[in-house]
Amino acid sequence: MTNKHFITAGLLGLFSATTQAQDLTVTVTNLTHNIYFTPIVAGAHDSATEIFETTTAATAELEELAEGGDISGVSSILGNAGADVIENPADGLLASGESTSFVLSNSSGNDYLSVAAMMLPTNDAFIGLDSWEIPSEAGTYTVFLNAYDAGTEANDELAASIPAFPGGDAGSGGSGVTTEISNATVHIHPGVVGDDDAEGGISDLDNSSHRWLNPVAKLTVVVE
Amino acid sequence: MSKFAKVTIATLGGLALAACNDDSDTVTIIETPVEYEVVLKNLTNGQPISPPSLLLHNTGALFTVGESASEALELLAESGDASEILSDTSFILSSASASGGITYGTSTSITVSYTDNVKYLSFVSMLGNSNDAFTGLNQVDLTDLALNDSVTYQTVAYDAGTEANTETADTVPGPASNAASSDGTAGEAFNAERDDIDIVTMHPGIVSSDDGLTTSALTYQQKFDNPVMSVTITRTR
Repeated sequence: MTNKHFITAGLLGLFSATTQAQDLTVTVTNLTHNIYFTPIVAGAHDSATEIFETTTAATAELEELAEGGDISGVSSILGNAGADVIENPADGLLASGESTSFVLSNSSGNDYLSVAAMMLPTNDAFIGLDSWEIPSEAGTYTVFLNAYDAGTEANDELAASIPAFPGGDAGSGGSGVTTEISNATVHIHPGVVGDDDAEGGISDLDNSSHRWLNPVAKLTVVVE
Repeated sequence: MSKFAKVTIATLGGLALAACNDDSDTVTIIETPVEYEVVLKNLTNGQPISPPSLLLHNTGALFTVGESASEALELLAESGDASEILSDTSFILSSASASGGITYGTSTSITVSYTDNVKYLSFVSMLGNSNDAFTGLNQVDLTDLALNDSVTYQTVAYDAGTEANTETADTVPGPASNAASSDGTAGEAFNAERDDIDIVTMHPGIVSSDDGLTTSALTYQQKFDNPVMSVTITRTR
């Protein structure tokens, strides 16, 4: 057993030293019931680069993505680190049940895949994949993505704090679920509370349609 | 028997690497110490996680979904007290505990070791602002983890099934319920009575007062979705 591991480790080391660029065909599917994804940013990058890290405060660039759907800052982080970057493959919003595909050719050394997009309507929820190691072996791989909370904005669930309701289903008159940020680092999103009162209650979100449970997105990665 | 076989192979592996310098044909059976550095992250919005105790073992399991929780697990899940779990020497080869709980948004590192190869790593920790929610790893197989390799697991929330999920201030021990109780004191932690379904299941989640459970001492901030922890195990010896 131990010998086998030595050999395997040696072979992997050999391969990674001579890794060539790979073509990845990536498909992102929105698994939620009634949540939209804003423009997606994806990048293949080196082991030193991250677009977010749990239990660590969000960067200003991630905050812009999570609160406003603006991917330019995160895209710059990736680009500045020499990553191979794909922006907005769905050409706008990705609705529930929809998929978008793109081809990402990663350069030698860019062996990790990260993906992010804001979830609407929310305060600062985003779908995230942090540094998934791209397999060197050809094949089709499936990765499920969770919903993260950027920890940068209290989840009051009020229309005034949520940039858009793409479904045209914004509530109004909510008193606000909370004014506090419990956890100011990037963490698993606790979920939407919502309520059943479109013109009042504590939330401007709907408690039967705007909720989700993890996972919220499916990534299918075909490595050639 | 299987332990002996593994030790032999490990030793031979070492010999093979050093063969060019070693004409000796005697094989010395040495103990193979293992050490794992484990980084545990609390991924929840507002659930403190009770001090984890990492266990190394070759047999046994801390719980089985669908079966009744042990008394030791009931104590852990209702109060965060791992002492009864740690006292079960029938299967635990080695253990190491964090000095304190893990606050949401933070992580902790624990190193656990043993003098021989081990098969499994397990731990359980309570989600503090709950009746009897816990998370953990059950029989993570370490046998394929080579030196300096890492593996990351995402843990989910389980319900011990030993205490009804009333979320009331007098039954939830965590800090959120202290703040909500009329006298500011902690709710009852362990109670030997089993007033729930008495099987371990996945946890259905915190409802909270914000979500319409009027007697709940908990708010939106204590709700969670899976995964609740990220646990990275690196073999360092």
